[in-house]
Amino acid sequence: MSLKHTPIYEAHMSAKGQMVDFAGYELPIQYIGITEEHEAVRNKVGLFDVSHMGEVEVKGPQALDFVQNLVSNNVKKLVDNQVLYTVMCYENGTVVDDLLVYRFTNDYFYLVINAANVDKDYEWMTKQAENFDVDLSNISNQVAQLALQGPLAQEVLQEMVDFNLSEIEFFHCKRNGKINGVEALISRTGYTGEDGFEIYLDNKDAINIWNQLVDKGVQPIGLGARDTLRFEACLPLYGHEISDQINPLEAGLSMFVKLDNDDFIGKEALVEIKAQGTKRKLVGLEISKGIAREGYEVIADDQVIGHITTGYKSPTVGKSIALALIDKSYGEMGNDVLVQVRKKQIPATIISKRFYKKNYKK
Amino acid sequence: MKVLENLKYTKEHEWLKVEGNTATFGITDYAQNMLGGIVYVELPDEDDELEKGENFAVIESVKAATDIIAPVDGTVLEVNEDLDDSPENMNEDAFGAWMVKIELSDASQLDEFMDAEAYKVFCEKEE
Repeated sequence: MSLKHTPIYEAHMSAKGQMVDFAGYELPIQYIGITEEHEAVRNKVGLFDVSHMGEVEVKGPQALDFVQNLVSNNVKKLVDNQVLYTVMCYENGTVVDDLLVYRFTNDYFYLVINAANVDKDYEWMTKQAENFDVDLSNISNQVAQLALQGPLAQEVLQEMVDFNLSEIEFFHCKRNGKINGVEALISRTGYTGEDGFEIYLDNKDAINIWNQLVDKGVQPIGLGARDTLRFEACLPLYGHEISDQINPLEAGLSMFVKLDNDDFIGKEALVEIKAQGTKRKLVGLEISKGIAREGYEVIADDQVIGHITTGYKSPTVGKSIALALIDKSYGEMGNDVLVQVRKKQIPATIISKRFYKKNYKK
Repeated sequence: MKVLENLKYTKEHEWLKVEGNTATFGITDYAQNMLGGIVYVELPDEDDELEKGENFAVIESVKAATDIIAPVDGTVLEVNEDLDDSPENMNEDAFGAWMVKIELSDASQLDEFMDAEAYKVFCEKEE
């Protein structure tokens, strides 16, 4: 199967991006180096092509009720042009996907989902929509998405728009905003732990806006630094910290799961899981030597108590750190465990998984 | 890309500097560039026996762990402990930041390796 290209593909090639297969798309893992790109976002500003992400429109008189039933967070509290992070669960409480919910109006919502899950998610949503008066539309292939992230993101983008970007509050959006004349949906959201914007454009306009931002000196950022940035900020990645084998309570996402609110798919199971007490817990680890990669076993009392979900030598913190999903009874801060790194068992300590303090403009 | 004369090169982008019956071993400038920022190096212990074709060290870049395969049979005489604290030396000076010194068991195993000229041609084909 040939890999798909985003509308930014030509720019990745001319910038000598190191291309890899990601969720069926040919995308750059890096341009100048993961560490350099990581630091550009933490200290200045970087630009990501995230056009592979999926977008689903939900329209109709029961759009609000449908979305509220679909996801775990409180959708009804949203005002127009507000954005919500949430998960959608299976009946058993494990995760179909995590997503952003944009409320445009009470009968028009916009859901942003992971590229690798688009087909699975859309099928799931369509099935759940049977009893609701709503129309779903998978517009993933028509929409390009750029993420402009970092402390200088607002300053750079402000020069290209004719309204005051400060109007867009954290997790809010502006529809039909114009970026040098090009229509865009702009939200103050992101996946790096920094201030910044996610910009949704028509495919045909995307490379034009990309090039304008790069011409302003913004560093393009590959998937490599996208992962190290989100990891340091403890933002979960589907297939790693959450999956169809992991429920959001054990993944530490309780604040996005409203069990005392309206019903949603999986709520019953999650209420039961909470009452029984979760068995596993996502924790932070500091590793004394080497690097704990995804899948490595975590060991205590001579038995396997869990596994690493993501691990890096953190570019910002400078330490070898990891997220691990382990038996909850070992999950107390300060506990010593071992990580099986190839043939050796390396000592590690459980630390707060807030490795990096998020630098949001709230 | 930097290639030094008077070294032997493997197809896995490693270099060997042979002096008598010992060889100093490291990865090439081409290899460090492909790996990107190196953040950790796991080296064998002194006196470890190396068997040609077997993993004996690991180089960790930001994105992944890469196994390093022994190019020859031999015994580890010395490891470069500076790499524990400064693995980035391998990015900055690939030919200076050696990994191990090996006592060769069978010097004839060196015959298959490339000289600098042949290695340059090999790298161009890889591009």
